[in-house]
Amino acid sequence: MTTQPDIEQTLSAMAAGLRDTLAARGIGNPCMVGIHTGGVWVARRLHALLGLDEPLGTLDISFYRDDFSRIGVHPQVKPSNLPFDVEGRHIVLVDDVLYTGRTIRAALNEIFDYGRPASVMLAVLVERGGRELPIQADVAGLQMDLEADQQVKLTGPDNLALTIQSHAE
Amino acid sequence: MPNNIQLDSNGNLRHFLTVEGLKRQTLTEILDLAESFITVDAQSVKKVPLLRGKTIANLFFEASTRTRTTFELAAKRLSADVLNINIQTSATTKGESLLDMLHNLEAMHCDMFVVRHADSGAAHFIARHVAPHVSVVNAGDGRHAHPTQGMLDMFTIRRHKGPDFGRLRVAIVGDIMHSRVARSQIHALNILGVGELRAIAPKTLVPPEAEALGVHVFHDMARGLKDVDVVIMLRLQRERMQGALIPSGSEFFQLYGLSADTLALAKPDAIVMHPGPINRGIEIDSAVADGGQSVILEQVSNGIAVRMAVMSMCLGRAPEAAGEGS
Amino acid sequence: MHTVIRNGRLIDPANRRDETADIFIAAGRIAAIGAAPTGFTVQKDIDARGKWVLPGLVDLRAHLREPGQKHKGSIASETRAAAAGGITTLCCAPDTSPVIDTVAVVELIRRRASEAGMAHVLPLAALTPGLAGEQISEMHGLLQAGCVAVSNGKTPMANTLVLRRAMEYAAGLDIPVLLYSEDPWLGASGCVHEGVVSTRLGLPGIPACAEVIAVGRDLLLIEQTGVRAHFSQLSSARAVELVAAAQARGVPVTADVSAHQLYLTELDVGQFNSLCHVRPPLRSQRDRDGLRAALADGVISAVCSDHQPHDADAKLAPFPATEPGISALETLLPLTLRLVEEKVLPLHDAIGRITWQPAGIINQSAGTLGLGARADICIVDPERYWTVSEKALVSRGKNTPFLGWELKGKVSHTLLDGKLVYENHQ
Repeated sequence: MTTQPDIEQTLSAMAAGLRDTLAARGIGNPCMVGIHTGGVWVARRLHALLGLDEPLGTLDISFYRDDFSRIGVHPQVKPSNLPFDVEGRHIVLVDDVLYTGRTIRAALNEIFDYGRPASVMLAVLVERGGRELPIQADVAGLQMDLEADQQVKLTGPDNLALTIQSHAE
Repeated sequence: MPNNIQLDSNGNLRHFLTVEGLKRQTLTEILDLAESFITVDAQSVKKVPLLRGKTIANLFFEASTRTRTTFELAAKRLSADVLNINIQTSATTKGESLLDMLHNLEAMHCDMFVVRHADSGAAHFIARHVAPHVSVVNAGDGRHAHPTQGMLDMFTIRRHKGPDFGRLRVAIVGDIMHSRVARSQIHALNILGVGELRAIAPKTLVPPEAEALGVHVFHDMARGLKDVDVVIMLRLQRERMQGALIPSGSEFFQLYGLSADTLALAKPDAIVMHPGPINRGIEIDSAVADGGQSVILEQVSNGIAVRMAVMSMCLGRAPEAAGEGS
Repeated sequence: MHTVIRNGRLIDPANRRDETADIFIAAGRIAAIGAAPTGFTVQKDIDARGKWVLPGLVDLRAHLREPGQKHKGSIASETRAAAAGGITTLCCAPDTSPVIDTVAVVELIRRRASEAGMAHVLPLAALTPGLAGEQISEMHGLLQAGCVAVSNGKTPMANTLVLRRAMEYAAGLDIPVLLYSEDPWLGASGCVHEGVVSTRLGLPGIPACAEVIAVGRDLLLIEQTGVRAHFSQLSSARAVELVAAAQARGVPVTADVSAHQLYLTELDVGQFNSLCHVRPPLRSQRDRDGLRAALADGVISAVCSDHQPHDADAKLAPFPATEPGISALETLLPLTLRLVEEKVLPLHDAIGRITWQPAGIINQSAGTLGLGARADICIVDPERYWTVSEKALVSRGKNTPFLGWELKGKVSHTLLDGKLVYENHQ
């Protein structure tokens, strides 16, 4: 176990980073989308901190996973909800942990099935090594150096906290 | 003989042949999953890549454009490749040629057969003889079962009346005897714990010992429809008008047809369902079929989501403990 | 050929004999029991210690599939199965192709049977030519040629007038009539008993009343015409009640039941098990109990196999499209003996129902071990368990719902006219 990072402080820093990046790219009215489940919790906070006008969108990427034929589909898929027209908009995609990159690939595919956005940027609470796809975050709250058998998990939705578990087997 | 060949050793759906014998939890999973597939309709690309690379063969030994189309759409929205095979059956389609054809399709690496056949038990027969990697979905076999239709009706009821079937009084009206749809609905409603289930029909169209299926039989529309929340009308096949089952379409409609007047006997917020295609003026009045209480068209679009759910459950494996959100 | 069977328990219900004794056979007939007759020189010696020595079984109905359906079985293959099942006399149903309605077909069957030499095959003559139910057949000529009774197979007699005349004609010639009674309309499209299972599986049903109504009609005609009639393969308790009432009134009518009807019910159809597709259909528990009771009290005086061997494809189709029937010659004896274990009826009655009683129905003297009788003998190891399997069955038809059942009682020797036609030493 490492020392518990201060999530609130991290979220504020992420909000500031996002504000700067958006300003630098000249994006005034972005649409934020969180990925179920942890990504939605993080997005909800960032959405409030940034005071965005558009309602928050949520994605459940279960139908877009590339490991379906191995693990099947979970019956409790939360419906994706994008309460705005994706077409031509700037999207901020939010997730809790960026690891292999496969979840983000699935989320991008799903977003594009709703329409063609002008741009997509990625914000994550935790960035760790182990990428299997050419995907990187535009804004990352924390960098973690973890072993392959270690898992970082966000608990929520209130009092967000990170725990690190290792599969000692 | 294995008691329920539609389940794998983990109790997960491998084939979908009949609703009978399934657990309430399995039915609820189908309905929940279908609920999430409804949102796919809102996408501009009405497709998810879940079954990409899978091949689904629609084997229709009995013609039905409507059912075949909804299965085809469901498969395509899951990104599967679809093969439509219509087999004109003479009465003598023998087992040998049927099995030969199945094995040929297996050799072409089909992953799922969606089967409709005029003989009860055809889907079970095929499921017993397919290769282990192939799933079979019953799209209607004889008078036996039409489980996806039964489930889409449950889905429609749940969307309108909420998840507690225990509060509901449901009436199924018409040709129960020859209806695979009715049998699937009856099993599904009982498994989901329906409050009361009624079958309303002339005695000639109620199968013997129907009460053993878990229905209360009524021969009188006024008594049968009293206080029901859901009215399910069944299609009366034209050929039933011969063979001394009913004297005529008009007398049948007089006694068992659904008109605005008879519908008034049910609860004011009762919904009206029909598996289609409708014989207007035989089992249901146009004004009722197109009226405010009718959910008949919704049933059709719900059918796609429910079939997507069944297909993806049969072709996916057990959702064990989900891995890290990578 | 002089043969002795030593130390077996001789059970001969017709002669009320049940004792451990040696039995001596000469010239194809039973020459002596107990001590060897004078001049007897043993040429073949069979040790039957611990075994039962029974009269060869008599089966009132079997389909040998020849002529017409040799891909399902032949007279040679199915009489070999009969020998393996201890059956030495069997009636061949008239619904062959061509139908047994000409002397030529009778002669063909008898010739093939005698070439095979495995069992006495007694053809049943068609009651009506082509089983069409329109004319009456040349019963006298067919009996002269070797038939033992007349029957319309499993084709129901729709026309009551033709049936009445056929019965009258047979009555005048004292020819027994074997009836398969089923209303031609009520049972027309069905493939299972009409009841809970047909309702659940959505299979077209054959109501019990299809049999009861036909039995009722036929009983009235039997009384009126005075014919000696026999009901084949009854399946419903209510029909049995009608037969019992007629017998009580003194009507000379008898009845049999297929062995599978004494064990299986509609529930065995399960999820469309086509091996349980039979005609008449497997009925309710109540019917099965009624049949057992009638067998015990003698209203039903014979158990038959109703053997119907099939090729594999005949059962490989959706249930309603499969062909009905069970390959049953080799399970007739163990299933009948099991009734004794289940205390349905005493041993001697059980053996009587598959030996001298069916023989009497068709005017044959078979089914006994009396002195001078034909030495048709079945030796059975009553304690031996065996499992019904495709491999274990000699018949070409492997279609039996009893596959996997462990049955008690296995035939070790079958003798036909004193000649050993089957031997099993496992």
